[in-house]
Amino acid sequence: MTQQQHLLDLKELRVDRGGVTVLDIPSFSLCQNEFISLIGPNGAGKSTLLLSLLGLMKHETGTVTYRGAAVASPAQWLDLRRRTAMVLQDPLLFDSTVFDNVASGLKLRGVGRTEIKSRVATYLERFNLAHMAQRSARKLSGGEARRVSLARAFAVDPEVIFFDEPFANLDPPTRQALTEDMDRIIRDRGIAAILVTHDQSEALRMSQRIVVMNAGRIVQQGTPAAVMNHPVNEFVANFVGMETILEGEVANNRHQQLTVRVAGGEIDTVGDDAPGTQVYCCIRPENVTVTVGHPENKSSARNHFEGRIVEIAAMGPFLKLRLDCGFPLTAYVTRESFTELALYEGKEIHASFKATSVHLLPRRAV
Amino acid sequence: MDVILEGFSKAFQLLASLDREVLGIALLSLKVSGLATLFSLVIGLSVGTLVALTSFPGKKILVSVVNTGMGLPPVVVGLFVSIMLWRNGPLGYLELLYTPTAIVIAQTVIATPIVMGVTIGAMQNLPANLRLQILALGATRVQMVWMLIKEARLPLMAGVMAGFGGVISEVGASIMVGGNVRGYTRVLTTATVMETGRGNFDMAIALSVILLLFCFAVNYILTYIQQRERPR
Repeated sequence: MTQQQHLLDLKELRVDRGGVTVLDIPSFSLCQNEFISLIGPNGAGKSTLLLSLLGLMKHETGTVTYRGAAVASPAQWLDLRRRTAMVLQDPLLFDSTVFDNVASGLKLRGVGRTEIKSRVATYLERFNLAHMAQRSARKLSGGEARRVSLARAFAVDPEVIFFDEPFANLDPPTRQALTEDMDRIIRDRGIAAILVTHDQSEALRMSQRIVVMNAGRIVQQGTPAAVMNHPVNEFVANFVGMETILEGEVANNRHQQLTVRVAGGEIDTVGDDAPGTQVYCCIRPENVTVTVGHPENKSSARNHFEGRIVEIAAMGPFLKLRLDCGFPLTAYVTRESFTELALYEGKEIHASFKATSVHLLPRRAV
Repeated sequence: MDVILEGFSKAFQLLASLDREVLGIALLSLKVSGLATLFSLVIGLSVGTLVALTSFPGKKILVSVVNTGMGLPPVVVGLFVSIMLWRNGPLGYLELLYTPTAIVIAQTVIATPIVMGVTIGAMQNLPANLRLQILALGATRVQMVWMLIKEARLPLMAGVMAGFGGVISEVGASIMVGGNVRGYTRVLTTATVMETGRGNFDMAIALSVILLLFCFAVNYILTYIQQRERPR
């Protein structure tokens, strides 16, 4: 991150509403080609942060610099907004045709008519809207309206793009398709992006950095694996869930029996990814079996690791174990098992899980 | 019964033969009320937009005053404009009383709060984030206001229609500041009042039919506009 060029920097941002500080960000930055996911509960200040980055939010203190130059005067803010794009939660289309909607950002910039035609055509094509260019925006379905709002944002050829939960209220297949379209364009054009999302797997799949916010503050930020596996406090742990997330690379694919190389070991799983694919291995703690001593009987679990208990935490009727097997792993055990196995922090154990219980997610190369 | 039947048949003769006097009255009505509507559009739209898009202390009171003004009784406006234009009134030196201009002024005063009130309502009914989305798209302030007006154009047109419908059918102010001078300030409503008073029902009915046609046209357009919907 440090060797990368900073694109957008925010310093000392404070936003008050009715005498209460709703946003307090000492420092935040976005690098060239970087994709950041902002996650956190409702009211954490994620949208407010996005709007502040474009000067669209009244704030008490705060400075924004873009490519090292301060953004302060109205003309400078306008210039920044004309190099960026924002997709809000509602499509917010204009009462005209699909074509006019996609062209609107270009018209505001005074782009010539022929240039507008060709650029709009490109993005209507990419978002599969070409056949409805002359249709009224009033007659679109939710998914179509969403695609128009994405095409409108990308048509201005932004250097940075902000998404505020752009896929809320869409059915999973539509969501999946749109995410893939969006991801492809962002990579092709080398656009930096910030995505506000509630969807864990969306954040994992697309981002190089995850920023967790709560009550107007940034609680933690880092690579997806760092945030998921090493939450800095109880809040982050509860919010991101307890899954183990390991960065890996597919080493081998024999008839969809995959071997994934992760730091500190190799994991057997199933899937159809080609060798060399960058992936996340997600392992749910309820799928990890802990035994003491080497198991005598063969089991169907393909993955066996020797490890050590690092930390034990009570979670109601069961206990959460943080294990070190050369890589971090989280497991749940019931209180009965815990007593029977006589577990304690530092004890050597044996952990196993089935190849089919490993969930693979594609990962953006950093 | 005879009075009515005879009235109708004579009225349609007047209309069919394009009677000069009837036509002149109708045209003057259109001209005066059209001009008043145009002026109220200019004032109401600009001030209404400004009020809707800014926040300042006393805004709620101002909006309430404007909304009250939407139902201003024409006779009160007529009285007020008469006083202002009276020979030794504050604007008496303009010598405008009992001229078509005086009617335009009075009708502008009646229609402006209607257009302004509808403008404020229409602007505030746009999605709250639309302004942010337009600015994020790279709009200047002026471009943003223009785009918002374009987005609110349907309810704004409804407001203009309501204003026009209000002033063309208004009689109190027109008669007070216009004086119903034949061939000069006689409009559809004032003429109808006079002809009815004289018992000239055929003429009164002919004038009323024209007035009704205008009102129907206005309401037809209104209905058409109101049945369209906003995009997502």
